[in-house]
Amino acid sequence: MEQAVWLTFLVGVLAATLRVATPLVWASIGEVYTERSGVLNLGIEGIMFLGAFVGFAAAAKASQAGLPGYLWIGLGAAVLAGVIMALLMGLLSVTLGVNQHVSGLGITLLSIALSMFGFRLVFGESKVLPSIEPFGQIAIFGNIPILGPVLNQYLLTYVAFLVLVPLAWWMLYRSSFGLSLRAVGENPEAADAAGVNVYRIRYLALIIGGAFMAIGGAFLSLAQLGAFSPGIIAGRGWVSIALVIFARWDPVRAMWGALLFGAVSALQLRLQTLGFQLPYEAFLALPYLITIFALAIAGRNAPYPGAYLKPYRRE
Amino acid sequence: MTESISPPAVEMRGIVKRFGPVIANNHVDFTLEQGEIHALLGENGAGKTTLMRILYGLYHPDAGEIRIKGQPVVIHSPKDAIAHGIGMVTQHFALAAPLTVAENVVLGYTDGFRLDLPAASQKVLDAARRFGIEVDPNARVKDLSVGQRQRVEILKALYRQADVLILDEPTAVLTPQEVEQLFEGLRRMQSQGLSVVFISHKLHEVMAITDRVTVLRQGEVIGTVRTQETTPAELARMMVGRPTFGVSKPDTSPRDDVLLRLEKVAALDSRGLPAVKDVTLHVRAGEILGLAGVSGNGQRELAQVLEGVRRCTGGYIVANGHDITNAGPRKVMAAGVGRIPEDRHESVVLDLTVAQNMALEHLDAYTRGGVLDKKRMRAHAEQLIEAYQIKARPDDPIRTLSGGNMQKVILARVLERNPSVIIVAQPTRGLDVGATEYVHQKLVEQRERGAAILLISEDLDEILTLSDRVAVMYEGEIMGIVPPDVDLETLGLLMSGVRIANEPENTEAA
Repeated sequence: MEQAVWLTFLVGVLAATLRVATPLVWASIGEVYTERSGVLNLGIEGIMFLGAFVGFAAAAKASQAGLPGYLWIGLGAAVLAGVIMALLMGLLSVTLGVNQHVSGLGITLLSIALSMFGFRLVFGESKVLPSIEPFGQIAIFGNIPILGPVLNQYLLTYVAFLVLVPLAWWMLYRSSFGLSLRAVGENPEAADAAGVNVYRIRYLALIIGGAFMAIGGAFLSLAQLGAFSPGIIAGRGWVSIALVIFARWDPVRAMWGALLFGAVSALQLRLQTLGFQLPYEAFLALPYLITIFALAIAGRNAPYPGAYLKPYRRE
Repeated sequence: MTESISPPAVEMRGIVKRFGPVIANNHVDFTLEQGEIHALLGENGAGKTTLMRILYGLYHPDAGEIRIKGQPVVIHSPKDAIAHGIGMVTQHFALAAPLTVAENVVLGYTDGFRLDLPAASQKVLDAARRFGIEVDPNARVKDLSVGQRQRVEILKALYRQADVLILDEPTAVLTPQEVEQLFEGLRRMQSQGLSVVFISHKLHEVMAITDRVTVLRQGEVIGTVRTQETTPAELARMMVGRPTFGVSKPDTSPRDDVLLRLEKVAALDSRGLPAVKDVTLHVRAGEILGLAGVSGNGQRELAQVLEGVRRCTGGYIVANGHDITNAGPRKVMAAGVGRIPEDRHESVVLDLTVAQNMALEHLDAYTRGGVLDKKRMRAHAEQLIEAYQIKARPDDPIRTLSGGNMQKVILARVLERNPSVIIVAQPTRGLDVGATEYVHQKLVEQRERGAAILLISEDLDEILTLSDRVAVMYEGEIMGIVPPDVDLETLGLLMSGVRIANEPENTEAA
């Protein structure tokens, strides 16, 4: 009997781990792309927020209009919004050479403000939070014990782990685009001298990154919750920034980092229910504390890209 | 040499380039024949590099015309230059350090989206073999020596099918043996029909490797001559515009008392790796001890330890009878040590004035009741400006000064206190001939006065001219101490880490 309880507990934790890790994988892979090109995109928190809102709003409207693929319309709208913000980030930090901390935080503030404003415009001040029928989990493993409950996940979760991460690795280390990207982030002068268009590569990296960040945010509103609320992102963008450093700018390590964070989050949720005599806030803080510790240990001699934070200007 | 009937590889006519009020190139004409090695000779700031940066598309000329193999072209960017078969190896290597050699070589020159690294490595290896360049395509650039990195740069150009290769001061970072290897490689490229532009200010190298020489001075072409039909003296005259005198060292021998004593000194570099290992050196009164070595072999860290700005992790240092091991800059100065550090911009505060910088190391002397005595600082500055022939006023911000004048300010600040020990690093880097001579003259005067001088320099000519003894550093260790009339081959061997039989420092100084 006791064994069965523990098995249920474990299955629950594992399933939640994959679910919690999914938006972090999308966002941190997006951030890996941008940072490898030498641009720190602190707009990540805002772009995730905007992605969650725009995705939800577009899906809700499309749903009202009776369109069948309303969730996909929402996802497409979220990607578009992420790309627009990435372009703005590019204009500020790449073209105009504005300090990346300032422009990134500016993007985050702007994105959050726009989303909140947009929410009022679209949904008014309703007393009940609007909701939609979200993406469902795909029952690939059906009712098979253990495997089913753990691995029956959302499509965006499968894509994140099985397509996004391997593809990011391949792009980075096995494609000429990835070589240019790494060179631009390490030594833009060298890349420029070799005939690589530094600005173009940085814009592309920002656009890819912005799209992925927005998908990470939209996963929460379109799949996990089917709703949008001001606390929806709750610092996941900042956690992704930390994960990227923890991962030493490697997509596969970023995935492991996201899983670690996911596991601790899943664990704390269930620990709360076990009746420890601690305020629940302490449990909530646990994943963030673990992030800080992991960062302090793994990030100490982090091999930052050589041109990190530096706008490129030909002499 | 047979005259070629084919059009010149490169023709530049009437090139003008201004940077603000400064004319870097003033109607420069330059012709590179196919298959020749052509030197661009001139002092720092003569406009050699500017001209070649224009050819490579890094700068855009304000006026003038460029022809490649007879065809007029406009070169907007390095990409255009590469497309026209021009490759350039700059002084600051354009390599991404964490990437491999092959990755650096094929960067920006890949076909298709998929990167076939094994095939790329093979192609890199083929190109390397063809020109006799030894390099491992799978090594990471950050693990390579400076000489090896230069080979990667050359390989990059060759891989892009360059038939015109521009080398900007390629020997500045090489040991004499590596220079010889480079020259062999260049001759091999020449025999395969490549044309080479060799930017330099070293006369003996120009005489050794080139077919023709174009001399630039203050942005203008002074003339183009065949190397076989000229002499170093003639080239020097063209380059400087007046005969050079050089600095002669009076034939006095050092006294017996050791003023600076380093015993088994060790230190770490900024990454925490050992950079200085068991260095034992004794510098006597009236002696200049030269410390030679290829850049990055621990000289910088050793200088910083002696200046009191880097922790000494082993051994001890005695200056003038005071133990200054880890004593900090203030106590180091109080022990009578004068410091002329490597980076001028770090030894002055760029936003302060000349007078303030001159008083900076001894502010106590210019303070009354906690308030700076500006009048005395000014008077003091005026006196030093006069004595050291500095072209500046006391209230000029120091950042407006030329390199030479800035170095004079630092010299004045240090030397006016008659230090008994002087630590001086790369004192003439980036200075023109006049300023260089001035600095050398001052150091020789200090030697005559009886100071013990440790001269750290990557300029071998400087070391050999000024030093009484030459210590050679390699990977943080002293490989040997030799007299300044040592043959270049021995010196080169020491610089590349070959230890030769040599009596240890303590018996020599005893």
